[in-house]
Amino acid sequence: MSTVTTPDTRSPEARPALADGSAWSRWANAHRKWLFAAPAMAFVAVLIVFPVAWTGYLSLTDAEGSVRAESEFIGVQNYLDVLTDTDRFWPAVLRTVAFTGVVLLVEVVLGMAIALLLWRPFRGERWVRVAILLPLVATPVAVGMMWRLIFDPNIGMANQLLGWVGIGPQPWLSGQHSALPTTMFIDIWQWTPMVVLILLAGLTSLSDEPQEAARIDGASTWQRFRHVTLPLLMPTVVVAILLRGIDALKTFDILYATKGRGGGSFHEVETLNVYAYGLSFDYNDYGVSSTVLIIFFLIIIGVMWALTYRKKGLER
Amino acid sequence: MRPSRSYRIFRTVALAVVVLGLLAPLLWMILASLKTNVDIYDSGKAFAFTPTLDNYTNVLQRANYAQFIGNSLWVAFAATVLSLILGVPAAYSMSRFTMRRSALVVLMARVIPGVSLLVPWYYVFSNLRMVGGFTVLILSHMFVSLPLIVYIMMGYFDGLPTELEEAALVDGLTHIGAFRRITMPLSVPGIATAGILSFIFSWNNFMFALVLSGADTKTLPVAIFDFVGYASIDWGGLMAAATVVTLPIMVIALFVQKYVVSGLTAGATKG
Repeated sequence: MSTVTTPDTRSPEARPALADGSAWSRWANAHRKWLFAAPAMAFVAVLIVFPVAWTGYLSLTDAEGSVRAESEFIGVQNYLDVLTDTDRFWPAVLRTVAFTGVVLLVEVVLGMAIALLLWRPFRGERWVRVAILLPLVATPVAVGMMWRLIFDPNIGMANQLLGWVGIGPQPWLSGQHSALPTTMFIDIWQWTPMVVLILLAGLTSLSDEPQEAARIDGASTWQRFRHVTLPLLMPTVVVAILLRGIDALKTFDILYATKGRGGGSFHEVETLNVYAYGLSFDYNDYGVSSTVLIIFFLIIIGVMWALTYRKKGLER
Repeated sequence: MRPSRSYRIFRTVALAVVVLGLLAPLLWMILASLKTNVDIYDSGKAFAFTPTLDNYTNVLQRANYAQFIGNSLWVAFAATVLSLILGVPAAYSMSRFTMRRSALVVLMARVIPGVSLLVPWYYVFSNLRMVGGFTVLILSHMFVSLPLIVYIMMGYFDGLPTELEEAALVDGLTHIGAFRRITMPLSVPGIATAGILSFIFSWNNFMFALVLSGADTKTLPVAIFDFVGYASIDWGGLMAAATVVTLPIMVIALFVQKYVVSGLTAGATKG
């Protein structure tokens, strides 16, 4: 790397002391690119690259029990076991896909609707923005506990509200089939605001002219949204899907806070992340858990790649 | 063009529903934290009850929450400061020299599932007998803060014109001097945004502390999780604990709303 420096033709006394250039200062300035970037990158490399490599290695061993126990290299046996495991692994994959798909769809549609409502300034806007911000910054574990009380089948507010409109009590989080949809609802409550904020930022940055032109040409509100606003906003929508999608795939806090170990006694909310966590730290089955993690990691990378690819296609 | 009357009525009603839906659960949590357990079980006393602070005194004194609050503050603060020290110059370099590939390495940290890092960390740090100490906890939280800070600051530096720096170079400052004396002071809003978000995310982090903290270094989210035993739940105490962890962060977020929003939406509109 080379640095272009303007020759300083002024007399030495006129030069500011800062630029006098000890050997260290000259070296530091010449190498500032890596001097600035290297510490952060080294930190990430040591804490990520090495652990991921080790996870890859552990996935090929039968490590379990204590972290100090000896382990043996067993090749791809764990992968064969995991990929043929229809008892825990595949249901967890299905739950992860279902959870991510449903919350993403609802959050983007709902988030878009709310963002459009907030787009044009109006009185009281500030209060709506405050309400939108609060769930986002609330601690997810506390949010999980809060909904546990609201969804409690016996004393919860949810069943009381249903009672007022004549619907019988629901099991919510304690039902074998209703637990996963209920956790989806909690995720949607907490993270739709995030989508609203991102889309609103995108909408605010759009210029008014295409809108005006479409209006003059007699386009209806729906036509203007479908054919003008949405295409222009698409890159922002993809960013929102990307950011929310990654986090939804990795959802852990509210699942663990509401259903505890193993995603409940019937594993009803056990996603890949919860499954891998349980294997590692509740059952100390490090080899198998590393295998699940590597597969999970590959799924995430695949989804990311597909989405960024799609995003590039949209920008062209 | 002014929106039609019927649209404005629709908008008001729809947004009222949204606001109510978002705020009611939080209010319910705070209300429950001010009730005795008898009142929580009594649906007739949903709103008409005698408020009490007993749950808070219980939680703060008996359950040792004062210490956990201190732990959470210390870990979030240390992780944020250290990440800013590492992250701000890195983001500057990555922005000015368009080191997109290097940036990708740091941003990978946001994508990788935390569990896949926890297993090897746990292996290494328990062999070093460091699990349960603050050092490991702060390092793990930096892993949340650093990518966030680099991401936000890169966007900020990208948007900062280079003319002032160039003028400073002409005036005889070195490159590093220009960064220190010109760029850094101009970046205070960006650094504030990055720092606040990093603090919030670190404060809210659950999984790393669940594995890596010990009895003395437990952070608030883990303390709340531990509140739920196998026996019947002390709902009043649990809601008081949940309020203790969420309320401060919500109040802070309201005061610095502008920064939080710009941090959360950073990079969203550049495409």
